[in-house]
Amino acid sequence: MDILFGLCGKGFVILAGDTTVAHSIVKMKNDEDKIKTLGPHLAMAYSGEPGDTIQFAEYIERNLRLDQIRNVHERRPEASASWIRSSLASSLRSRRPYSVNILVGGFDISSAAIVEGQEELGGTPKLYWLDYLGTKVEVPFGAHGYGSYFALSLLDRYHDPNASVEEAMGTLKRCIDEVSKRLVVSPSKYKAKIIDKDGVRDIEIPV
Amino acid sequence: MSIMQYNGGSVIAMKGKECVAIASDLRLGNQALTISCNHEKIFPVSDRVYYGLAGLATDVDTMRQRLRYRVNMYTIKEEREIEPETFARLTSSALYEHRFGPMFVEPVIAGLSKTPSGGVEPFIAAADLIGCLNFAKDFVVAGTASDKLYGVAEGLWEPDLEADDLFETISQTLLNAVDRDAYSGWGAIVHVITKDKVITRKLRGRMD
Repeated sequence: MDILFGLCGKGFVILAGDTTVAHSIVKMKNDEDKIKTLGPHLAMAYSGEPGDTIQFAEYIERNLRLDQIRNVHERRPEASASWIRSSLASSLRSRRPYSVNILVGGFDISSAAIVEGQEELGGTPKLYWLDYLGTKVEVPFGAHGYGSYFALSLLDRYHDPNASVEEAMGTLKRCIDEVSKRLVVSPSKYKAKIIDKDGVRDIEIPV
Repeated sequence: MSIMQYNGGSVIAMKGKECVAIASDLRLGNQALTISCNHEKIFPVSDRVYYGLAGLATDVDTMRQRLRYRVNMYTIKEEREIEPETFARLTSSALYEHRFGPMFVEPVIAGLSKTPSGGVEPFIAAADLIGCLNFAKDFVVAGTASDKLYGVAEGLWEPDLEADDLFETISQTLLNAVDRDAYSGWGAIVHVITKDKVITRKLRGRMD
């Protein structure tokens, strides 16, 4: 069962996911990147049914790319997340729905999203929690999979919306360590991405 | 457990004297796991009609979009704002379209309708997931705490409450009902619709 985390800090969002691909009781792979970059300031972490996840993630990726080619202005995170939601919601009532859970992390660089007095941040970080039913909710932090049972209560206590990147990575590390300590079948490796005004990039999880 | 209880949440509406109130809790859960404590379930149609949707969160979003589309089409065609009763009928028919594969939401509608003499008349209604309307003269409820809401509202509501008394009544009703429901709570939002303004207040409930 995949584990995803996401949290907002001051001027950035961090997405993290484990890297294991499991078939039944066997680990098939240990370096799978479950976070897709969808645009200059947008990324999504996905988990769920193995075939569905990749199929759906690529469908979203290519359609958002097409949108990027067609339009001059960058699509805002809210609009992208809403479109992903409606894709999931219409899939739910189809013959065979996608069973994919998603965390969408974005950085809104539109002028409306620049907070007065915090112009240097260059916008607002956004994080959306979506499940396979098409439930969409904007959250300051979120998690999917078994990790959510451990991490959400931990994040309730330690999450700080004004945290620096180092502090936020420390909080993320706490979540990962808690899962490693308490979950019977805990994954060994995680990959994380950060989204801020400069775009999407990989970030090393502290040891 | 029923799919109607999957995300949790409750909505209530009450009539007053030339005013109506509609309120909901703010929780969104995944069964017993709380995902968000700031999830609003009440949406405006115009400045004198509001509606709340209790039930499956994905269908709440979808129904909201569909109703917005239908209301916009109505407003353009009719060149006037929609009346609360008309909106209730519209909601009902939108839900009944999915009679044999329903949207899992229960709407609660509150608004002020215009009388021929130029005054306003409070209006509330609720429907089940396939659009069977219930026009009540006192209060309507929906959601996971609906049974508790019926009980408390039955005890607290009285006819012809003024706007501030109605606010107090609906707030106490909702907070005390959701405190006994594990799937609702985490604060509440209340809208009191009066002749000349809408008063919106966020309430802090038990945060545990």
